[in-house]
Amino acid sequence: MTGLKFPPAVALAAILAASATSLPAAAQEKTDFRIAWSIYVGWMPWGYLSDSGIMDKWAERYGISVEIVQFNDYIESINQYTAGAFDGVSATNMDTLSIPAGSGVDTTALIIGDYSDGNDAVILKGEGTLADLAGKPVNLVELSVSHYLLARGLDTVGLSEMDLASVINTSDADMIAAFSTSDVEAVVTWNPLVSEIVASYPDANIVFDSAQIPGEILDLMVVNTDVLAANPDFGRAMVGAWYEVMALMAAGDEDVLSALAEASGTDLEGYKAQLDATAMFYDPADAVAQALSPDLRVTMTNVAEFLFEKDILGVGAPSADFIGIEYPDGTVTGDPGNIRLRFDAGFMQMAADGEL
Amino acid sequence: MRLINRKPSRPVALLLAALPFVAVAIAYAIGSEMRLAVNPQDRLLPAPATILDTAIRLFTEAERRSGRILLWHDTGASLFRLLSGVAIAAALSLVLGVLIGLLPYMRRSLSDFVAVLSMVPPLALLPILFIIFGLGEVSKIVLIVIGTAPVMTRDMAQRVIEIPREQIIKAQTLGASSLVIALRVVLPQILPRLISNVRLSLGTAWLFLIAAEAVASELGLGYRIFLVRRFLAMDIILTYVIWITLLAFLLDWMLRALSRRAFRWAEAGL
Repeated sequence: MTGLKFPPAVALAAILAASATSLPAAAQEKTDFRIAWSIYVGWMPWGYLSDSGIMDKWAERYGISVEIVQFNDYIESINQYTAGAFDGVSATNMDTLSIPAGSGVDTTALIIGDYSDGNDAVILKGEGTLADLAGKPVNLVELSVSHYLLARGLDTVGLSEMDLASVINTSDADMIAAFSTSDVEAVVTWNPLVSEIVASYPDANIVFDSAQIPGEILDLMVVNTDVLAANPDFGRAMVGAWYEVMALMAAGDEDVLSALAEASGTDLEGYKAQLDATAMFYDPADAVAQALSPDLRVTMTNVAEFLFEKDILGVGAPSADFIGIEYPDGTVTGDPGNIRLRFDAGFMQMAADGEL
Repeated sequence: MRLINRKPSRPVALLLAALPFVAVAIAYAIGSEMRLAVNPQDRLLPAPATILDTAIRLFTEAERRSGRILLWHDTGASLFRLLSGVAIAAALSLVLGVLIGLLPYMRRSLSDFVAVLSMVPPLALLPILFIIFGLGEVSKIVLIVIGTAPVMTRDMAQRVIEIPREQIIKAQTLGASSLVIALRVVLPQILPRLISNVRLSLGTAWLFLIAAEAVASELGLGYRIFLVRRFLAMDIILTYVIWITLLAFLLDWMLRALSRRAFRWAEAGL
């Protein structure tokens, strides 16, 4: 009889231990940090930072350590960050707003790495234009930036999602195989899948891409606001290391680019082609300019509205203004009483001024 | 009295059965409380009351855009896929199992093939399935069939082989043909086994169903779980998980009842 009571006790202990160790990071000074990233053309430098020792070099300068962990699953990396297991994560502006910010985790965009300049695309099978999507099923990863891109694209031709036959949620891992099946007529996806599909299927026809909405799909490194406030050196080390690699990439350093290409499973040419569709902010001053740009406010308001429409902006969000977003100049869109996403240009400015 | 002979009385037995459930519920409530104390908007371990509210909403309220109660539509789509897949797999395994177990020619030609087939990890074949069967219902059902049928077939064949040789010889001396032996001697003995096979395979079938729905779908329990994972809506995920568990439990219970009622002569021990 006593033996039977054991498993629940063990389970109890295990659950308590698991939830306690990953409690949201408390705002206190510390020296060990962990950030998560996943494979995407604009985030590849994080892997290189870790492998090359550049991150360690900068971390040591500020007397801290930063562990960089690669995730195979992008959403899982953001979920882990939101749950408190990491101090920072690579994410797009849209997913940052919907997942961590929407879950009440006050998050700061520390680095604006790039914006998608053609990396995300609506691909139609056969001849036609964006307007021809009417009445067709579209395969994409629902609620992702692809979905946002499609909504923005349909807007430009006076259509809405209601005019499509259906939107079919399709895993990015199976997008290429899906495109070859006869019942798929159009997909929305991102690189390297876009270039793979266009290269493999001669009838693939890009009818809309993110180059037509420049600066709207931003790829960021976001960190926990409280952690950053208590440990500004964490921000300095991250930004310093990042722009060291940016400078190498901007100079066209073959070794660095080859390493990045290899890590993303392509060759130098393939990676350069992906970079062409990505507007990297190699110069921190450009990233600062993007953060200060009034367009950012318009973009984030658009994104918040899209998320609200899809019912994924925070728990029971009453309106698209539910979450406050603060910009570097102190202005706020959304609810000023519930600021959960902050764009910070301070650290990137330090990098631009050479103060790191 | 030896420990192995000590049996709990009925009320104690009920209490003991409830204990692990209660312990898990309490552990969850405490973990949830701890996280919510730090961040009231935390979504990872929503409060039990939140889950209940969400569950009520999911079961009763229609979605704004389509006007449908999604949970029921998801359930219908998933159950259709699951039951079709399992039914096809069961029928296949019954026919193949009897053939392999009874006919030496079939055994030589198919037994090893089925054994090898049952070792293939079906999820690795997904892209091929999609290209052959498309992204619709067929590929999802086929995945369930491929995932469950080979193992069930092997077990059915084994059961047929295990039928005492004497019975088969006796039937032959009474003049039974191969077909009659299959129908009158073999079938009554392995049908109860088929039911327990289906019961054991249901867990695997759910796994493949959810995997298939995660890949390409617009409706289904697995689809919804993977969709809302994108914004960490654990209240929805947990509601669906509890619902799936309940459905699986009910299916299992119904199959057991069916087995008891239909095959009184072979009260299955499972």
